Amino acid sequence: MKYMLMFVEDNDPGERPMTDVMKDVDTWWGKYSQSGAIVGGERLQPAAHATTVRLGGSTPTVVDGPFAETKESIGGFAIVQVPDLDAALAMAKSWPASSSVEIRPIWED
Amino acid sequence: MSTAVEPGLGEIFREETGRVTASLTRRFGNFELAEDCTQEAFVEALRSWPLQGIPIRPGAWLQRVAERRALDRLRRDQRFAAKVGGLPFPSPGGGDDRLQLMFTCCHPALSREAQVALTLRVVAGLTTAQIASAFLVPEATVAQRITRAKRKIVSAGIPFRMPAPADLEARLAEVLAVLYLMFNEGYLASRWEISQDRSLAEDATWLVGLTAQVLPSQAEVLGLLALFKFQLARVEARFSSAGSLVLLADQDRSRWDQAAIREATELLDRAAALERPGPYQLQAAIASCHALAASWATTDWPILVRLYDRLQAMQPSPVIRLNRAVALWHVAGAEVALHEADALVPELERYHLLHSTRAELLQELGRDDDARSAWEKALTLTLNPAERQHIRLRGGLSGH
Repeated sequence: MKYMLMFVEDNDPGERPMTDVMKDVDTWWGKYSQSGAIVGGERLQPAAHATTVRLGGSTPTVVDGPFAETKESIGGFAIVQVPDLDAALAMAKSWPASSSVEIRPIWED
Repeated sequence: MSTAVEPGLGEIFREETGRVTASLTRRFGNFELAEDCTQEAFVEALRSWPLQGIPIRPGAWLQRVAERRALDRLRRDQRFAAKVGGLPFPSPGGGDDRLQLMFTCCHPALSREAQVALTLRVVAGLTTAQIASAFLVPEATVAQRITRAKRKIVSAGIPFRMPAPADLEARLAEVLAVLYLMFNEGYLASRWEISQDRSLAEDATWLVGLTAQVLPSQAEVLGLLALFKFQLARVEARFSSAGSLVLLADQDRSRWDQAAIREATELLDRAAALERPGPYQLQAAIASCHALAASWATTDWPILVRLYDRLQAMQPSPVIRLNRAVALWHVAGAEVALHEADALVPELERYHLLHSTRAELLQELGRDDDARSAWEKALTLTLNPAERQHIRLRGGLSGH
């Protein structure tokens, strides 16, 4: 099964120094890349740098900011290929940064 | 579909549903397909058995029909078949397949309502209509919960296998929580009075018994089974002939099932020997204290207070503190117990048993007006007819 792990970040910075968190993230990423579980992924710039295009009106409108104004936003994602949800859950549970991780199965035909 | 099934059929369905579903899930690697085809086989059984008689090996019959349905469906849908073929389902790790099915149905990625409905239907073989009537929700709601959950199991890749050893305890706790809820729903409801061929409490006991067979050295499983058996031993004495709830203090103890109490005691001893204490074992120990007491008056209250203390330390909850207050009443008197109960008012404002306990205590202390308003408060907080009847009787409130 292929899943997308979405790393949800609280917009308030946490207590731990960013450099420490990044080091743990690198270790985590290295471990699962080596095992072959991670097949892709990126870290995203802050939601403040986002631009949204709203469709559905007569013409597309371009707005500043993310599609939804919330306290939390997606800070990055990984595409993983693992046997089942339990394997994806185990990865998500050990993710060293951010406030939550959403796991979404990817459509596969 | 009719909810009333001949008694024999009810038992066969309970015994075979999980087996057939597990075996089909294993063979075809698709839970949704397995569940659908098992249901279809049961519908066919309901149609043909009353006419032709129950086959000598009903399980094999159901298995054959369900498998044929699954093969037909796969042939019809080649694209689906190709997809199913690619799903990984590890080979059996021994033991009863039905427990693995329970782990799938009680996966934490499903909502609690879905876990309960799915377990009852897939493992215990209840119909959607039976589940709906047990939980007093519309049949369409249950059907929708089950359909959604089945779809999620397949599309989110919830596995059909025993959890990894590191996860076993946490996942088992999830299964036991579902069974505990199922039991309480059946036990607290006064629907024992209504003749029904299936009771949730008995199904939950059967399911935990199944779990205990596969995992005989999990102390909490044995503890939960002991707890259920202690509770069931008292079932006959819990309701008056008029359908009103009879409290433990007032129950006719000669109507308790002594064989069931002995069985529960043995289970609890086996659990204790494993030296892995847990909340279900403590609750069973509390139940055993009551079950073994010759009367309410001669109950070992000091031990009960200590058991509640341990339970509270393990699983802090205001409801446990309320129960502890009741035990304390018999050790230290109504004044002390009332003090404890009063402290719980902010947290348990909406809990009828807090108010009926306070009412009992106030009554003993001669504060009749306060007692009456506590009874009235309790009455506004429960809809259960047997409990309402009990509150009216104890509080001397008129019936309206």
